[in-house]
Order: sequence, then C-alpha cells, then structure tokens
Amino acid sequence: MSALLTQALHIALMLALAPLLVGLVRFLKARMQGRQGPHPLQPWRNLAKLVRKRPVLAEGASWISRAAPYAGFAAALAAASLVPSFARGMAFAAMADLLLLAGLLALGRAAIVLAGHDVGTAFGGLGAAREMSFATFAEPALLLAAATFAILAGTTAIEGILAAIQEGGLGLRISLGLAALAMMAVAIAENARIPVDNPATHLELTMVHEAMILEASGRHLALWEAAAALRLTLWLALLAALFLPFGMAPPGLAPLGWLVGLGIFALKMLALALALAAFESAIAKMRVFRVPEFLGAAMLLGLLAALLLFVSTRLA
Amino acid sequence: MLTAPLLLLIALCLLSGLSLVSPAVARHVPLGVAVAGAGFALLGIVALVAPDPVVWTLPFGPPGLPVRLALDGLSAWFLMLVGLVALAAGLGAPAAAPRRMQAALPLFLAGMVMTLLAADAATLLAGFEAMSLASFILVVGGQDSTDLRLAARRYLMFAALSVACLVPALGLMAAGAGDLGFAALRRAPPEGLVAACVMALVLVGAGSKAGLWPLHVWLPPAHAAAPAHVSALMSAAMTKVAAYVLARLLLDLAGPAQPLWFGVPLLVLGIVSAVAGALRANLEEDAKRLLACSTIENLGLILAAFGLALCFRAADLSAFAAMAAGAGLLLALAHAMFKTALFLAAGAVLQAAGSRRLDALGGLIHRMPWTAALALVGVLAAAGLPPLSGFAAEWLLLQGLLGAWRVGDLAFQLLGIAALAGAGLAVALGAAAMLRLFAMVFLGRPRTPRAAGALEAPAPLRAALLLTGFVTLLVGLFPGGFLALGAPALALLVRREADAGALALAAPEQAAHYAPLLAVGLLLAAGLLVRALIRRAGAPALVRGPAWDCGFAAPPPDLPFGDPATQPSAAGLAQPLRRMLGQPLLVVTEVVTMAPPGSPAPARLEAGFADPLESLALPALATARDRLAAGLDRLRDLTLRQALMLPFGALVALLALVAWLEAR
Repeated sequence: MSALLTQALHIALMLALAPLLVGLVRFLKARMQGRQGPHPLQPWRNLAKLVRKRPVLAEGASWISRAAPYAGFAAALAAASLVPSFARGMAFAAMADLLLLAGLLALGRAAIVLAGHDVGTAFGGLGAAREMSFATFAEPALLLAAATFAILAGTTAIEGILAAIQEGGLGLRISLGLAALAMMAVAIAENARIPVDNPATHLELTMVHEAMILEASGRHLALWEAAAALRLTLWLALLAALFLPFGMAPPGLAPLGWLVGLGIFALKMLALALALAAFESAIAKMRVFRVPEFLGAAMLLGLLAALLLFVSTRLA
Repeated sequence: MLTAPLLLLIALCLLSGLSLVSPAVARHVPLGVAVAGAGFALLGIVALVAPDPVVWTLPFGPPGLPVRLALDGLSAWFLMLVGLVALAAGLGAPAAAPRRMQAALPLFLAGMVMTLLAADAATLLAGFEAMSLASFILVVGGQDSTDLRLAARRYLMFAALSVACLVPALGLMAAGAGDLGFAALRRAPPEGLVAACVMALVLVGAGSKAGLWPLHVWLPPAHAAAPAHVSALMSAAMTKVAAYVLARLLLDLAGPAQPLWFGVPLLVLGIVSAVAGALRANLEEDAKRLLACSTIENLGLILAAFGLALCFRAADLSAFAAMAAGAGLLLALAHAMFKTALFLAAGAVLQAAGSRRLDALGGLIHRMPWTAALALVGVLAAAGLPPLSGFAAEWLLLQGLLGAWRVGDLAFQLLGIAALAGAGLAVALGAAAMLRLFAMVFLGRPRTPRAAGALEAPAPLRAALLLTGFVTLLVGLFPGGFLALGAPALALLVRREADAGALALAAPEQAAHYAPLLAVGLLLAAGLLVRALIRRAGAPALVRGPAWDCGFAAPPPDLPFGDPATQPSAAGLAQPLRRMLGQPLLVVTEVVTMAPPGSPAPARLEAGFADPLESLALPALATARDRLAAGLDRLRDLTLRQALMLPFGALVALLALVAWLEAR
C-alpha cells in the first residue's frame, strides 16, 4: 500500500517538477549570461496555452503524427516513473531496470523520429537522421556505465543498486566517478543540450530535437515539450539517485522521511540544474560531426571504469 | 511422433514432382507449403510440450548408413520456427510463378525440415545440401539479368564452400566416435586440436550459410534477387537452420567439457557480424538489400549468444549459460517472425509501387494502411523496442553480456566488456536502419508517380502479415512462456533450464527482471491518462493546413507531391552514420564536383560505399582461383613417367601419414 502511495506521489512530483525544472535551468542560464530571463514557471504557462490551442496538422501527415506525441509522452512518463526520486521502495521498483529504462527512452526516440519523417519535410528528416546517429553512440556508452554497476552491485536493477550503495558495499571508487562522467555525457546527448544540440535555437542547421517537431502544434507540441522536460528530469533524477545516493527515504510508510527526502531531492535537483546551467553557459555548441568524439569519450570512460574494476578486484 | 513429419515430407516431395507435371497443382504449391508449414509448426510445439526422444532408423539409405531421424527439443524449437515462417511465406507467395520455382519451393522446405530432423551426420548433410540446391533454383528462378546471375553464382560458390567444410568437420567428429549417429557422436566429443579444427570448419561451413562476417558477401545480392516469399524463407528460416547446425554441432554434440576458448571465436565473429551488418543496413539504398544486411546483424547476435553460452558453460556458470542460450533461441524466433513480415511487406511494396529502391518510394502509409501498420510492428520489433519480441530477446543477451565478468579470466572479462559495447552499438545501429527503412518507404511524400498510385496488398498477404505480427506481439509479451516452451532445447544446449516465469524474464543472480505486461500496462496507462487529461482540458479539434517546413513556399502545380529535392533521400539519411562510422568496416566515398566559376552547371555530390570484402577480397580470391586453375592445367602436359609418379607418390605419402598417425 505504502509502495503504491510512494509511486503515485513520485509520478505526481515528476509531472509537476518537469516543466519547472526546464524553466529553472533557462532562468539560471539567463541570469548567468546577464539577461533578465523568463519566469521559471514560463514552461508551465506555455504548456497550458498550447493544450488549449487548435492544432494544425500538415496536409501530408498520417496517423503517425497524431499518435506519436502520445507514444513519446507515455514512454517518457513510464521511464520517469521508474527512476526513484525522494524515496526507495516504490511499487514499480521491481521492474525498474537500467536496460528497460534504455528501451523506454529508445521507444520515445523512435516515436519522435517517425513523427519527424511523417510529413516529408527536409528538416524533419535531417533531425531524425542526426538523432539516430547520436543514439548509436549514446546507447553503448550507457550500457558500459550500466556494466560498472552490474559489476559493483551485481545487478542492473535500480533498486538493487541503491540497496548495495546503502549497505556501503560500493564505497567511493574511481570507477564510479568515471561512470558518472560517462552517464552525464549520455544525459547531455539524450536531452539535446549544449554542446550536442542547442535547446533554445530554431537556427535550422544546428538543431536536432527541434527539427523533428517543427510541424507539431497545439497539444501535440505540448506533449513533445512535456516529454522532453520529463526526460531531462528523469536523467537528472537518475544521476542524483546513482551518484548522490544519500537522503532518500527508506521503503515503507514514512511521511516524515518522505518530507526530508523531498527536501534533499529538491536540493540535489537544484544543484544539478545550477551545474547544467553553468556548464551550458561556459561551453560552445560543437559541430555535429564532433559529437561522436564527445560520446566516444564517454564510451571510453565507461570502458575504463570497467577495466579499473577488473584490475582492482585482482589487486585487492 | 515422427510419422506425421515424415508423411508431410513425403507429401512435399510429391507436391514438388506433381507441380512439374500439372499446372493446376503448380498453382496450389504456395497453399500446400503453407499447410505443411502449419503442420510442422504444430508438430514442433507438440514435441516441445511432450518431448519424445525416440530415434527412427529408416530401412533405406546408402549401405551401412541408414537414415536416422529424431525430433528432440532443439529440433522441435527450430521446426516450430521454420514451420511458422513457411506458413506465412506460403500465404504471402503469389500463385503464379515459373514452374521450376513452384517445384523447388516444397523441396526447399523439405530440405530444411530434413536437416532439422536428422539424427545422423549423413542425413544432416543430405538435408543441408537439398536445402542449398533448392534455394539456388529459387534464387535463379526469377527473371534473367546479369545481377541475378552474379548473385546466383556467388550463392552457389558459398553453398559449395559450406558443404566442403561441413563434411570434414563431421568426418573428424565421426572418426572419434566410429559411427555417424548423433548419440555416438555425443559420447565421443572432440578434444584439443581436433576440437579446434571442428570449431573452425563448422564456423566456416555453417557460418557461411548463416551469413557470418566475413562470409556474408553472398547474402545481400541473393536476398535482393529472389522473390519476396523466397527471401523471407531464406532469411528467416534457412539462416536459422544454419544456426541450428552450428548449435547442434558445437553446443550439443561437442559436449559440455570444452574449454573457455571454444566459445570465443563464435562470440567475436558474432558481434563483428552484428556491427558490420547493422552499419551496412544503414547505408543500403535498396529495401531488400537493407533487410538482408539486417539479417546479418541478427544472425550475428544469435551466434554471439550461442558463443557466450559456450563460454559460460565452460566456466561452470550454468544459470548464465542457460540465459545466453535462451537469448539465442528467443532471438531466432523473434527474428524469424519480424523478418518474414518485413520481406513480405517489401514484396508487397515492390508489387504495388514497382520498386525496391528507397528513393522511388515514400508516403505509402496513405495508400497501403494495413501493410504499413503491420510492417510497423515488424520494424519496431526489429529495432529492439519494448514491449515487442526484439527487446525481450536483446534484453536477455545484454544481461548475459553484463554478467560476462563473472567468468574469472581477466582476458575474457575484457572481451565481455568489448562485446557488450559492440552489441549495444549493433542494436542501436539496427534500430536506426529499421526506422530509416520505414520512414523512406511508408512516411513522407511519394517520390514517384508509381508510388503515389500504389494499391493495398492482397488479402492473403495481409493475413500472413497479421500472423507474423501476432506472433511477434505474443513473443514480446510472454517471452518467459516461450523460454519455458523451449526448455527441452535448452536442456540439450546447456543441460539446464533458464530462469523464467511465464510472464517475466529474469537474469540469474543479477536480481534484474523484465516484465513486459507490466511495461505495457504502464505505457498504456500513461498514454490514456494524458489523453483523458487533454480531453478534459477541452482541446479543440484539429484542422489541416499546408506543411510549415520553416516557411518554404508551396511547390508549383506541376509538382503535386512537392519538390522531391526537399525531401530526404536514402543517401542523405545515411550521411551522418556514413561519415561517423563508415570508414573502418566499409569503404565510403563522398565526392563533391564543383562547376567551374561562371558555369551555370550544378555542383554534384556523389556518395556511396563498398564492402571491402566484396570489392577487394572477392576479386583477389578470383585471381587466386584462376592462377590455381592455370597451375593445375599444367598437369595435363605431364609425361607418362611423371603421370605415373604422381599417384604413386601421393599413395606413399598417404600411407606414411597413416603409419605416423597409428604410431602416435
């Protein structure tokens, strides 16, 4: 019962937090760059406005354009409901596995790629081709990061990893640091952030994510934006859960522990949002064909993390 | 138990013979193949549920080599798979075809089934050869062209290579056992150097049939040349029969006492094939060649799973070995179903829109809604997306690779991590290739008038697609149930059952689970929830308008489907991956030709790729063959004395070899 309650609270939190987090990162970025910036609640207001607007569907669009936003959002929400935020022991914890998470993210990617192709415009196809080629580098990097956990904690289930961490079996390891770097690079690529893609631009030649949803409008656009916001939130929550694993409420009914966990989770997300805003302000967007180097470095870091583990278990 | 498949085999041979005599029978050959396929599938399922390990010795065959048949767990699993593919392909096949093709179709199926049912080495080889020759006729059988002849000749050469390797492999195994029966072979597993030779020969022999890199060069042209239902049978069923031979010889007959290195070549070549095939699938511009390259990828993953199972078994990690072997079996079933669907859909598109070239298709989702929707199921399964069959199978394989570190050897741990990265790369590349295929064929605007006027596929073909889609969904939702069904096969492969409930997959000792039904429930709940919320917000109905396309002007009236140049082309979609990953495994070219200053001629960009094995290795092999032939030609001009000395010398050398072997 308490597991279901935690799960419901978690999903509500993710849904409420996602647009806010996007707004917060934009706000922080604007302030760091010396601009006034929109209010952090602006993404929420945008969503509310878009849902009420009449969607215009392109003449050549098929049912894919109408179904894909729902599929993309459902995949993002399903993935977000698997990543723990303020408490452990949620109802879906048994199925929360890093590989399933990767699969759900891939499903969302497939939805947006198909939608990008559906109308037959130049930019949609361009963005889709780039998105899929980035994913070919991001996915092995994510798997290698998962391998570090599979070796250290003996499992790829998020709950199992957290349990192993709380038992103190993992300790502070260089491998975890390398895996964290690899996962951050994947997170940046998956969320179309600088330096891989620029979330604020509509300059045709640099965009990947935006190019695929150029034809979407009204509630479809709202769903795509909400899905993107959920993805950013779930990645930050995943990084927080795996690499800043403290302050989470234990499984079971613990309202006070939940409140404390909520506060600590909010602090972690704020810190990650600050870090993301600072990183994005400090770095320039890279050429599309340098992205493989960026993600290739992530892959190498993941590989190195596993290698160090193999060697260290031999020395110990 | 064996009476029914034997009767079906005889009926198929009769059907083949009669179709040569009577045109009326020839018209009904596809139907007969479908019925036989359904029968084989049912028999396979029955044999999996109630295994019956009896071996039949038939009273004919060469002297001393009676034909022995058996239907054990491993045979039954692949019999079910081949039967399902034959059912779908028979439904989707056109009734009218050249008569030699109609005659070869039942023989092809009979050859595959005979390979699966064989319980001795000679019958296995006979079935394998019947399968190769019948499929050669089917590849040649279409219309005559130089491409086709090249494809058929290459196919025949590789078929000859595979039998030239399988015969000595089986000979080496039988030499130790003293009999050709599988039971005797199992009692005397090869050891040491002999085991290495057997491994290498089987890898080349069965691997070339399965399209293992670097022996895959025959596969794309042959699959592209054959008619769609034949491609489906070859790609989905025949390559699986090759995988079966490999699993039978290396996992079952070679015994569980093999060392760790025994599985490594299989694992390495499997991963390399998967990456190379998936990469090439992203660059191909012909729908059926693309699908053939994706077959190379999937067979690579299947063989890698079997190789991993061998390694785990050698390290006494039997739970992991069962998981890896189960991944191989599930991948085989999943691939058989979605690849049949995709080849049949490609055939329907060729029929309706007149082309296999991606650059001549597009927008068919409007004209062929059923085909498009059912092909989408296959595409999503092939892309390894939850909750379909591809994801469940790949989940098991990746969990197996994630557990590879449990084998204590440091070198193997490194190999396991590299294989994990390679498998991830292959899976992601495969997804990109499949989405590109669907987008080019079914989405966007029509690229030719013919594609704009396409008609929906006929009803039997849609029924076949419905069947494959249904099984794909079923395997995706109940992978644990199918693994439990395959338990007799796993018992032969790794002498143990996989850990799986009926509703979920589990990775042993890793405490990771995959429950597809829950994942589907979660996805549906999320989708319906947001739909209901949007409904409640009172969202207005849609309107249609011209595409925004960043403000591009509407095309002139003489271009009813818009300017074709503003839609991505097959080469254009391939460009990022061609530049990022193309170079080490393939030879890619991008040539920009600028018009001289002042000239109004357009600048041209020409992009392409070549498989180095095709463009470099094959010509080199052909030169070597010519040189060898020229050298052997000189034997004709020997004097009488030399001509007598040659066989005498060979005889003495052979006798010396025998004496040396005896003395050891």
